[in-house]
Amino acid sequence: MMLIKVEQLSYLQVLHDLSMQVEEGDWVTIIGKSGSGKSTLLKLIAGLISPTSGHIYYQGQDITDLDPIKLRQSVSYCYQQPVLFGETVADNLNFPFKIRHQQPQHDQLVASLQSVQLPAEFLTKKITELSGGEKQRVAMIRNLLFHPKVVLLDEVTAGLDEESKQAVHQFLVKAHQNGTTFIQVTHEIDEIANAEQKLVLENGGLHHEELSR
Amino acid sequence: MKNLAVSNWSLVLAFALVLVAVIVSTKEKLGLSKDIFIAVGRAIIQLIVVGFILKAIFKVNNVWLTIAMTMVIIFNASWNASKRDPNPRRHFWQSVVAEAIGTYLTLGTLIASGTIKLTPVQVIPITGMIAGNEMVAVGLCYKALYEGFHDQRQQVLEKLALGANRQQASHSLMRRAIKTGMQPTIDSIKTVGLVNLPGMMSGLIFAGVDPVYAIRYQIMVSFMLLSASSLGAVIACYLSYRNYFNDRLQLLVD
Ligand SMILES: Nc1ncnc2c1ncn2[C@@H]1O[C@H](COP(=O)(O)OP(=O)(O)OP(=O)(O)O)[C@@H](O)[C@H]1O
Ligand SMILES: [Mg+2]
Repeated sequence: MMLIKVEQLSYLQVLHDLSMQVEEGDWVTIIGKSGSGKSTLLKLIAGLISPTSGHIYYQGQDITDLDPIKLRQSVSYCYQQPVLFGETVADNLNFPFKIRHQQPQHDQLVASLQSVQLPAEFLTKKITELSGGEKQRVAMIRNLLFHPKVVLLDEVTAGLDEESKQAVHQFLVKAHQNGTTFIQVTHEIDEIANAEQKLVLENGGLHHEELSR
Repeated sequence: MKNLAVSNWSLVLAFALVLVAVIVSTKEKLGLSKDIFIAVGRAIIQLIVVGFILKAIFKVNNVWLTIAMTMVIIFNASWNASKRDPNPRRHFWQSVVAEAIGTYLTLGTLIASGTIKLTPVQVIPITGMIAGNEMVAVGLCYKALYEGFHDQRQQVLEKLALGANRQQASHSLMRRAIKTGMQPTIDSIKTVGLVNLPGMMSGLIFAGVDPVYAIRYQIMVSFMLLSASSLGAVIACYLSYRNYFNDRLQLLVD
């Protein structure tokens, strides 16, 4: 099933008549030079900014007709440089529950930490005491706690050490196996090499690149 | 009232005090002399006008005229509070709503409880005190909210991306802004009598009222300023945080 369809999308001087389609269960990897508009494209798809012209469809519906809250809970954008809020890691993991008026289960939070190789004690850890890689992983599970259908990953493994990178990667692969659709922006050589579908963003438009190159 | 004897002549002599400020400004090259003269000039003219207006209103002693006067005070306070909001997308009506509800609820409670009477002599000065204090609280609240949205922009963006609504995305900043708005009132109440003898109490003592009696009024004033500043800050904040978003729930802060 077609999940995301982008038609003739333009944004200021950054994107020009860009079109793309993403099927359910896809893992699309987008590469491109710094400043080519990769983050801009992902933010447009999540409805965090609005295009100058063109249309984005989610499950066949123009996203301007959808409730932005519902859209963002289904199409989740992970920031390139995420910030944590509140005091502790738990504050961050509780937030997705709070906005849905639900009570988090302690076990569920612990399990989510462990899914990215973080110990249970991290729940009470101060956010100021986390390393960059740990912050990135907490932000990642914060986005995925409620299993959004589409996850937009904006260079989420950039600058992480090998261990954190592996932890994040395994976590994403597992979510993918469970049916999550990914659109990923990356500069990492091995992520590009292993990409299922690769697109290059250049001069405001997307084009395919042969995987053999 | 025999204790009060400010003749025009003594005012002229007191003007020497203004010259002290001017001398300081000139000696220290502060460039404030012009400002000082303008401020003093404005104060004199405004007070003369207000003095005559109040005298007339007190003499007429009409309920509707009194209420009209409170509306004028609230309008002015709202105007000044709104001007202190650095957000270019501010709405004047929001300040009017905050000022009006905060002032009238406080005033209404005072009148209903019999603490003050619905006479211009009591209602108008009290309204001025309430609305003025609320104006400061609301203005501070606006400023803190604006700073919050700028300093913690990424946090708000992050929450929006997680699917939060406007209020959920702004709640932590709003709490801080309301606190900032109320803080000066709480601080001044804490030190009342120890550091500052507030205007109301000083005025009564000046006029020869027994200090033990004057403090009752000051206690009432403390209550009403607290109520007005918290109501004003809360209402202004809950109305104005929305100005930072568009209807697609996108943050309008660069
Ligand atoms: N609101 C905006 N108004 C004008 N220009 C913008 C705006 N937002 C981003 N840009 C510009 O759009 C271009 C693309 O930005 P974007 O962040 O999408 O790049 P990117 O491909 O993600 O780069 P990087 O790999 O460095 O993250 C940049 O030149 C940026 O300066
Ligand atoms: Mg980017």
